[in-house]
Amino acid sequence: MIKKESNSMILDAEAHPLDSYLRPGRIPHIWCSGCSLGSITTVVIEAIIESEIDPKNIAIVSGIGCTGRAAGYLNFDSFHTTHGRALPFAIGLGITDPNRKVIVISGDGDIASIGGNHLIHAARRNADITVFCVNNFQYGMTGGQVGPTSYIGQYQTTSPYGNIEEPFNLPALAASCGATYVSRWTALDVRRMKESFVEALLHKGFSFVEILGACPTTYGRRNQLRDGLTILENFKNRTILQHGIDPMKAQIQKDGPIIVGKFVEIQKPTLTDNLLRLHKMAKNVKPEL
Amino acid sequence: MSDRIEVRFAGFGGQGIALMGRLVGETIALHEKGKTAIMTQSYGPESRGGASSSDVVIDTTEIDFPKATHYDYFVCMSEEAYTKYIGRMKERGVMFVEEDLVILDAHAKKASKIFKIPATALAETLGSKLYANICMLGYVCANTDLFKEKDFMKVMKDKVRARFIENNIKAFNLGKNHKG
Amino acid sequence: MSKKTEEIPDILTGEYFTTGNLAVAEGSLAAGCKYFGGYPITPSSEVAEHMAERLPQVGGHFVQFEDELASIASVLGASWGGWKSCTATSGPGYSLMVENIGLGVMMETPCVIVNVQRGGPSTGLPTLVGQQDVQQARWGSHGDYEIIALSPNSVQECFDLAIDAFNYAEKYRVPVTILMDETIGHMSERLVIPKRSQVKRLNRKKPSDKPGQQIHLPYEADKDLIPPMAVAGEGYRTITTGLTHDARGYPVINASAQKKIVKRLCNKILLNKNDIIKFEEYLLEDAEYVLISFGISSRAAKGAVNLARNKGIKAGLLRLITIWPFADEAIQEMAKKAKVIFVVEINNGQITREVQRAAAKQKADVYGILKLGGSIHTPAEILKEMEEKI
Repeated sequence: MIKKESNSMILDAEAHPLDSYLRPGRIPHIWCSGCSLGSITTVVIEAIIESEIDPKNIAIVSGIGCTGRAAGYLNFDSFHTTHGRALPFAIGLGITDPNRKVIVISGDGDIASIGGNHLIHAARRNADITVFCVNNFQYGMTGGQVGPTSYIGQYQTTSPYGNIEEPFNLPALAASCGATYVSRWTALDVRRMKESFVEALLHKGFSFVEILGACPTTYGRRNQLRDGLTILENFKNRTILQHGIDPMKAQIQKDGPIIVGKFVEIQKPTLTDNLLRLHKMAKNVKPEL
Repeated sequence: MSDRIEVRFAGFGGQGIALMGRLVGETIALHEKGKTAIMTQSYGPESRGGASSSDVVIDTTEIDFPKATHYDYFVCMSEEAYTKYIGRMKERGVMFVEEDLVILDAHAKKASKIFKIPATALAETLGSKLYANICMLGYVCANTDLFKEKDFMKVMKDKVRARFIENNIKAFNLGKNHKG
Repeated sequence: MSKKTEEIPDILTGEYFTTGNLAVAEGSLAAGCKYFGGYPITPSSEVAEHMAERLPQVGGHFVQFEDELASIASVLGASWGGWKSCTATSGPGYSLMVENIGLGVMMETPCVIVNVQRGGPSTGLPTLVGQQDVQQARWGSHGDYEIIALSPNSVQECFDLAIDAFNYAEKYRVPVTILMDETIGHMSERLVIPKRSQVKRLNRKKPSDKPGQQIHLPYEADKDLIPPMAVAGEGYRTITTGLTHDARGYPVINASAQKKIVKRLCNKILLNKNDIIKFEEYLLEDAEYVLISFGISSRAAKGAVNLARNKGIKAGLLRLITIWPFADEAIQEMAKKAKVIFVVEINNGQITREVQRAAAKQKADVYGILKLGGSIHTPAEILKEMEEKI
């Protein structure tokens, strides 16, 4: 157990079994009351434990945003990079050691908007990376602006008349670009989420898990969902579990069903496999200068 | 004092003009004692389509300006290249021309000497006009002091694919033995 | 005993006639580079092409990315995986990379960026020479920082400075830019690749504490202001962020933490200027008219010095090999003695301004002998402009 630092929040608390997976002195976190990121982070830790991957081989990479802060709280090799660039950073980090498990934890804005090009290409090349993408339907950290996952009619600070653009369907996007493991859960599906996280972590190749998270502060209160619990209840009432469904049929609309489940699980050579294959092919080529 | 010499090879795409510059440049830079050489070639839009050129600048000291601007030697393999570049050949410059592909005009009168060779036709006797560039270099080698045959052969054998070496040697000899 | 398979080496000792772009790639390999992430762009693409062929031969990886944003991010990632890493680009691509070059500065990530300059701004002159990115290499990313940039003026120096660039990157934990240009990148010249034993390879400092025993402090700097680097997979549970951070690597968002880290990031370079700054002096002892130049322009400048000397003009050349950090002190000394300083560069006076700053209040007047992108100076052109001012 890592020695705890003096900290008013945990000074009198009993040591929690997961304490050693959190960086000493980093709690309290910055996340708001009612936010799902705390419980999702707990599930990430539990899934890592259950996967039995050597913690030494785990690296957490994130971009910018509320979810992006997760890297800094988790007590593994962790890299808090720039907005949108978590995936290419993770690819460079990952291919230097085939035993390394690189996990990208970041938000929908980071992964699918500013980093969208990297998402589609990382999926295409089946990079050996597990992505936990927390979708809270908008930009939380910057104060609640509309995003590429906002549904039509959603009220945000930059969509004061309601959002007018179609949202991305992230599982469909990842699957169509070549991701070899794709699933979606709401923050409420803790048990299934954990099972899926374990599968994604143990999957060889590009695994993409979307987690619909509650953001009461900048999403809920503008959309008649005043607290975290209300958002989760809303998720619960709309959730339909449909494993194996074509993710194209899982688009999320305002008040429509939220289809969750595991949509894709296939095996293909990974980027690392293919790069290592080149080593043999290159051996007999005379270098030309 | 500078002993700068500028050579321009020019023709059309597919004639192996860049390779001519590269082989001659390397032969001089690596094998001629006391000489340095820089090779540059036309690049980008100017090298797409029609004309193609490559330059070798030779000196006995460090080369301060790598591009050829006033050629001492102009090795010309096409009419278009002739029209485009003859203006930049020095007064009293030496010309080598592919005589079947270049029609000379009054501008060529400034040359101190014009060496003519049907390099493409000679190459075709070996089965492919692709050997015309090496045939021309054999001719240049025999009629100038720019580089030595044995050095050139070393470089050429290293740079050219094994199955083309034999015919390239033959092409070089056809050029070397040609009487203009 | 089984016959050992013949490995293709990372240092191709020998004599070659090749281009600057290939030489900088081979220099990188000789320095120990094992990773290249890049995106095609004229006139630098041959660097990527060569690395694509060579890296798999030496047990490394080449990945062509979707854009330059991804390329540089992957280079930082690979460096944190423990591999010496680089990328190559030209002006427009460098523009896309600068945000993550800043991340590299903040995370103190050793890496090398080759910029084969062309004319700008914007798409500019894709196939023609320029030296217009020198200030971008200095100030391209937001915020205050110090950076290292080197500028070769021959094919041989492309190879040699690639090794220096990697060594500086490793030693000072900073992204290093090699400012080449289209002419140097594409011209062929003699290159001598030395024996392995003659190539000096520096590696980043390793932490002295054992992993897992106590909380590792990834940004606790030594006396030299450089923290040892614990990379991924070593058990240190290292942490890094682009946010202002403390010795633990934890974000600390206040003015005093900012002052502490920015000062250290700058000083680790500035206090080592003597180690980093390299220049070549030519006929400067008695020079009244000093040319300052770098990269391809410096060759013509040397030619101009020779032409001037032949006419009895006491000219000399200071060639900047290290562009950043800037050789303020050397230039200040020069400006005390010389009558006129001329800066020869292929841009609208980016280094001229810098020389005017360094030479301020000294004896010498400073003028730029400038060309915009597209062509290089001839020695005669430079001499003509000098004579107009003499």
